[in-house]
Amino acid sequence: MRDVAIVSFTQAPNVRDAGAMNEVEILMPLVAEALEKSTLTLQEIGFTCSGSSDYLAGAPFSFVMAIDALGAWPPISESHVEMDGAWALYEAWVKLQHGAVDSALVYGFGKSSSGEIRDVLALQLDPYYVAPLWPDSVSLAALQARALLESSAYSEKDMAEVAARNRRNARSNPKAQLSGDFDSAALLAEPYLVSPLRKHDCPPITDGAAVVVLAADDLARRISKRPAWIRGIDHRIEPHSLGVRDLTRSPSTELAAEKAGVARGPLDLAELHAPFTHQELILRDALGLKHGVDINPSGGALAANPIMAAGLARIGEAATRISGGLANRAVAHATSGPCLQQNLVCVLEGE
Amino acid sequence: MDNPIEEIQTPIRLDYRYTAGGATARFLRGLKEGRILGQRCPSCQKVIVPARGACARCGVATKEEIELPDRGTVTTFCVVHIPVPGSAVKPPFVCATIKLDGADIGLFHLVSEIPPDEVRPGMRVKAQWKPREEWDCTLENIRYFTPTGEPDVELEGSAHA
Repeated sequence: MRDVAIVSFTQAPNVRDAGAMNEVEILMPLVAEALEKSTLTLQEIGFTCSGSSDYLAGAPFSFVMAIDALGAWPPISESHVEMDGAWALYEAWVKLQHGAVDSALVYGFGKSSSGEIRDVLALQLDPYYVAPLWPDSVSLAALQARALLESSAYSEKDMAEVAARNRRNARSNPKAQLSGDFDSAALLAEPYLVSPLRKHDCPPITDGAAVVVLAADDLARRISKRPAWIRGIDHRIEPHSLGVRDLTRSPSTELAAEKAGVARGPLDLAELHAPFTHQELILRDALGLKHGVDINPSGGALAANPIMAAGLARIGEAATRISGGLANRAVAHATSGPCLQQNLVCVLEGE
Repeated sequence: MDNPIEEIQTPIRLDYRYTAGGATARFLRGLKEGRILGQRCPSCQKVIVPARGACARCGVATKEEIELPDRGTVTTFCVVHIPVPGSAVKPPFVCATIKLDGADIGLFHLVSEIPPDEVRPGMRVKAQWKPREEWDCTLENIRYFTPTGEPDVELEGSAHA
């Protein structure tokens, strides 16, 4: 395996509505900042890959428009996934493993404010049996939460504590959308949104974007004093049909964690892409996180959930802490699909 | 199967508030006042119209706004012989890329009031605006472009130059 590291990360301020700014205008300053931090120019970057969804923008080929943010002249080597930018990072990592290029630019972006995101997400469901019923994303998450509460020792109080901790952590994240001191008992006194979920159990609706630069071997060492090396990365998917899955566990995360080698050493921190509080409880168990692991120092997806960028941002947040010397070994996670259907696990280490 | 299901209907409707972007919004508002707004790239100095807020070649933000005249030169064109569903324009009609004077990027529009077989690259054209009271935030404020009668212009980089 070739040594590949994250050497640069930027993200947009996470906001409820980016207003008149389009995706190009959101991305352009971020790409410039990420490249500047990496000391590479776009023409020196070997491969570019992005993650986004036309369903968010409501416009076909919106990812092609986004290339205006790069300056793709002379023409560049580029690809796109209709998934969170974390999967674009995976494609770029594979490309770097091939050995033909030494660096990659990866970005994910989305304006959830353009449409009704709870309905838009219904279009990723089975088109014959499920999508025509328009189950919205919060209701599906609530089904999962109910199943977990009924089959485990977890309680709504555990969920409220997840919300309180993430938003407390987000106070030190200037890009976070929701942050502050919340008391879990006070949160539990709030009414249900979709039972058993209360508002604090759900992610905010967020417009945002994230950009990462990857570099291999000596190039990474030249760019960064302390590159965040990708020591393992794997992603797995569960069946499309919700009825055949055990929603109280995340076997795809368990398997991806095993393949990525999460348990091969002690962890200092975990950045989990858990848009709903109960999903963090499921992921903690799936990853086997022990007491003492700092979970979501950034505030995670409960503090800001830019769809198509939130998973990539988890990897970037973990890498930033490693490069900054705040951690030596971290696990970052990204999810996609309803009720944690697809999961990506990435193990990062300092030197 | 005796009674195969050949079709099911699952209607989809989603409502969006599409964002043109800051620069394009200013371009569209300019049209409502009869102004054509481009932007100059701070890096390559090219003038881009419609204003996009970005230079796609350089990947940098464009801020300097340039008001462009409503006349220019045809750089390339095609003659459409098939009707476009929902369009009031009757074939044959001419779609052209028109480089407005002072711009470096061609604008896409119709050329009319000339037989299609007489349209040519290098031909000088000017905009024919609809009556002011019909103006809105759209390029359709310009009905089409028509020949000015000026001598043809030699196109830079043209194989026919």
